[in-house]
Amino acid sequence: MITRYRSVIVATLCRILAPFLQFYALYVIMHGHSSPGGGFQGGVILGASFIMLIIALGTEETRQRMSVKANDLLSSTGVFIYGGIGLACLLLGANYLDYSILPFPGASPVKARYLGMLGIEIGVGISVVAVMLSIFSDLLGSEDPSEEEDDGVHSQQI
Amino acid sequence: MKIFALLMSILMGSLLIYSTDDMPEWGDPRSPASTHVSPRYIEKTMEETDVPNMVTSVLADYRGYDTLGETSVIFSAGMACILMLRRKRK
Repeated sequence: MITRYRSVIVATLCRILAPFLQFYALYVIMHGHSSPGGGFQGGVILGASFIMLIIALGTEETRQRMSVKANDLLSSTGVFIYGGIGLACLLLGANYLDYSILPFPGASPVKARYLGMLGIEIGVGISVVAVMLSIFSDLLGSEDPSEEEDDGVHSQQI
Repeated sequence: MKIFALLMSILMGSLLIYSTDDMPEWGDPRSPASTHVSPRYIEKTMEETDVPNMVTSVLADYRGYDTLGETSVIFSAGMACILMLRRKRK
């Protein structure tokens, strides 16, 4: 059994590192048009920053920044943004996911495709962050061993 | 029955390996994939979408359906984990 103790150095370092990591993740998402990156990659970096916080600071403190409810909501919001942009194109009279029809103010059809792509990258990013964090925290289970309940199924002796 | 299954999988595997012989050479400019859509994407990306990164324009625009499917796969993986692993807080 690995015992857990708080290390001031690790906790402080991760707390300082987290905003920079998250800022870089946003850069990767927003700059995916002109450099390697995009929604998937940026989302993974952003999710990794939250996972780092869980490892270093514990679930309770990290969940104050991103609650379970918000996490569940975000994971479906991302897909909803993606599908919603596609549906908006359909309702405006073009094909599904044909961004050139989207009415961005002062944007030509070419620029509208650029911005539509940015929108769906953001949707993908949101979804990836939330799903990564939710899978990780569900696999983690309860942080405190004494909270693990002996329900006979999960703790069966082999 | 087990022997039959083994023989079938060996046969199937060798058929698949045999068929790779007919695949185009890696990077062959005359292969079907490189003669129809790829040149169109390469030539028209800047003109049609104003995105310098061709990978992004193919991923998010030309092949938008594919990426929508990928995102849904990730979403359903997350949902499956929630359904199977999450315990109720008491």
